[in-house]
Amino acid sequence: MKVFMLGWEFPPYISGGLGTACHGLTKAMSDLGVEIIFVLPKPFQQTASTHVRMLTPLQVKPWNAAGETVGFTQKELKHVTFYAIASALQPYATPQQYGQQIEQLIRQKATQEQLKALGGMEELRHWLHQIPAALAQSGQYSSDMHTEIHRYAAAAVRLALQEQFDVIHAHDWMTYPAGIAVAAMTGKPLIIHVHSTEYDRSGENINPMIYDIERQGMHAAAKIIAVSHMTRNIILTRYGVTGDKVEVVYNGVERNGDAIPYNKIGIHSDEKIVLFLGRITMQKGPEYFLMAARKVLEVMDNVKFVMAGSGDMMHRMIEMASQMGIGNKVLFTGFLHGKDVQRVFQMADLYVMPSVSEPFGIAPLEALNFDVPVLISKQSGVAEVLHHVLKVDFWDIQEMANKIIAVLKYPPLQLTLREHGNFEVRKLRWSDAARKCLKVYQETTQAV
Amino acid sequence: MPSVCFYFQVHQPYRLRHYTIFDKTPNYFDDFHNASICRKVANKCYLPTNRLLLDVIRRYEGRFKIAFSLTGVALEQFQQFCPEVMSTFDALAQTGCVEFLAETYYHSLSFLYSRQEFIEQVNLHVQAIQKLFGQTPRVFRNTELIYNNQLAEIIESMDKFDAVITEGADHILGHRNSNFVYRPPNCKHLKLLLKNYSLSDDIAFRFGNRQWNEYPLMADKFASWVNRINGNGQVVNLFMDYETFGEYQWQDTGIFDFMAHLPREVLKNPDNDFKTPSEVAEAYEATDVVDVPHIISWADMERDLSAWLGNAMQSNALHEVYRLEKLVRQTRDERLLEDWRKLQTSDHFYYMCTKYFADGSVHHYFNPYDSPYDSYINFMNVLNNLKSRCERVLPGVPSATSSKT
Repeated sequence: MKVFMLGWEFPPYISGGLGTACHGLTKAMSDLGVEIIFVLPKPFQQTASTHVRMLTPLQVKPWNAAGETVGFTQKELKHVTFYAIASALQPYATPQQYGQQIEQLIRQKATQEQLKALGGMEELRHWLHQIPAALAQSGQYSSDMHTEIHRYAAAAVRLALQEQFDVIHAHDWMTYPAGIAVAAMTGKPLIIHVHSTEYDRSGENINPMIYDIERQGMHAAAKIIAVSHMTRNIILTRYGVTGDKVEVVYNGVERNGDAIPYNKIGIHSDEKIVLFLGRITMQKGPEYFLMAARKVLEVMDNVKFVMAGSGDMMHRMIEMASQMGIGNKVLFTGFLHGKDVQRVFQMADLYVMPSVSEPFGIAPLEALNFDVPVLISKQSGVAEVLHHVLKVDFWDIQEMANKIIAVLKYPPLQLTLREHGNFEVRKLRWSDAARKCLKVYQETTQAV
Repeated sequence: MPSVCFYFQVHQPYRLRHYTIFDKTPNYFDDFHNASICRKVANKCYLPTNRLLLDVIRRYEGRFKIAFSLTGVALEQFQQFCPEVMSTFDALAQTGCVEFLAETYYHSLSFLYSRQEFIEQVNLHVQAIQKLFGQTPRVFRNTELIYNNQLAEIIESMDKFDAVITEGADHILGHRNSNFVYRPPNCKHLKLLLKNYSLSDDIAFRFGNRQWNEYPLMADKFASWVNRINGNGQVVNLFMDYETFGEYQWQDTGIFDFMAHLPREVLKNPDNDFKTPSEVAEAYEATDVVDVPHIISWADMERDLSAWLGNAMQSNALHEVYRLEKLVRQTRDERLLEDWRKLQTSDHFYYMCTKYFADGSVHHYFNPYDSPYDSYINFMNVLNNLKSRCERVLPGVPSATSSKT
């Protein structure tokens, strides 16, 4: 079985759960012997990031002249071949962010390469105006997201026509047009994997363009894979899809081989740490975390709240914490990479995921892996599979604070949650998810 | 022989309301919820079954006899929420064919933690039964049939009882079976009645299960099993939860019809009869000593304490509640004492069991909480408040709690 897979991001350079999920799934499928052609968008050049985070490139062979597709294979993923299509598309970005990012790129390119050749200010401004049109003509990338997605789709088709495969597997909305195009050109069945929907990301203020793309993808697909029943329900009720088309395959988690020493951090400090780790954006409910924190601090003093991550709401949260008068009890770490993630988990007494709408939620599984007890929002897909965790409605600040205090105040609770949670999470393996996806592939290829 | 000996357990705990760390009210119990459960179970089980048994008892003119153990907390709730249930138990008492057993008033695990508290609760219960039904219990059963040699010694020393009831677990019987009367070691007077778990569970658990190879269980088939014991047993001890009738086994399984016809089928054989536990203790000599050095119970497959003491939360909660005993007694406050005792009911700790949590089994079905963790958090918050109330009442006792609470 050979799969043409369209993803967004891949570790070690990721900005959220999508990359982690793609990595886990791809690795497990590779271990099953499935051959995968994994296609990613990659920015044309490396740059220092501002508040819009950019993917930094993987170690790649030099680009060819067109700056397009260069294949390479990573060591641990035996049956996986990676292709990168030059594009400024980024996961989790909105069209406005995309537009800002393009302007950024243009400005930097302009200042680096052209500044010396230019004369006065007038010529500079004139030149800056002309760049978008010039770049679009050169076929590199579009100034607006909508066009870019379709340009990306065209590039994907060109690549697909050079390859042989049985099915197409597209992850989340940005890749759906590419998936649809490749399916149309090659006649192979399209399977789309819904890790999140516009309703999860934006509540009721959905972006119509993105909604349309999601809907088209779902209707063009032979089969849809949803990461939870919660997500499946959204697909059925909001997108007009019939039930027999949608399968639920839960995400898994990578088992870290590192044994955590039992007498871990925190012995020298009496202070308890309550951890929020994830993108600081509306979907993740950061303000509920802070409101619960304030309630906890009314009753307990020796506790600190750590918000690990970055996002469009980060500055607002920093302000909110200081306005509430708890600024000295809340720490913001910014985005954490690699070993820092492990370190922050090892420090934590409790991990809290107060998401407003979480299609699945891999982070709680990672927390359990690190022996950290977990409090999750009931409005999440992962609540469907975990029992040995605390659950709460995201809006119920009183109960959230009640449960946080209970974990910090009653050690047997923390102990029992840790023991049972760590045991339970071992049952959630990527190999099971991979096997289920493979079954979906087989069903769709046989149906044809 | 054999004598069929029925005993039915009747219990309802005072369930807690949702209680966060921020709550300050001294009203811990969810009256609305407890009342509606009482009434629901009354309609499905207590009322129809009591009426059925009354009818059967009258029809057999004294040849059909049964026993009940009614916990103090259940009796209080019946009086408060569904007094018609009390009047049916009253009528049963007056037939002269119904025996009432003794247990801890609050259905507690006090035997494991405080001998003084345990004896007081037993005495309280005996007094309540005397007052309500005009009977003085002579047979004792501990909460969830928890038992060991030490319990027998304590009961013997109280000098009030003729027999103790417990589970006929295989590992204490060895090659023997539960169809004989036994006695505990080091006891001169007490006798032991052991539950025949196989036949009891046939009625209580397997009765309505269509996958069971003996389904459907008709009264005559069951009577034939009783007859088989003839010559090799003195008694058939059928001990079960009263909610078997109508709640665990719904009416449409035919359980009520089964009980209506059973006496006739059993009594068809002139060698058989029905006896209450006291009558069994009086009629038969103990055939052997049964040694139970380690605690047994009638719960789950393990038949041990793991349903209430299987994890750190349960262990901690029980430990903490009994640690408060001294403080609570010092206050000499009736209300505080009563609240503390209602928190000892074994159900609170049963809800914290993580044993089968992911499997959604029996434990989970009757659990008012979404998870054992929620029940522990709730219980500890309540206990926390009880402790502060005690500390506030006692003058000069240095308060361990900060001024923030």
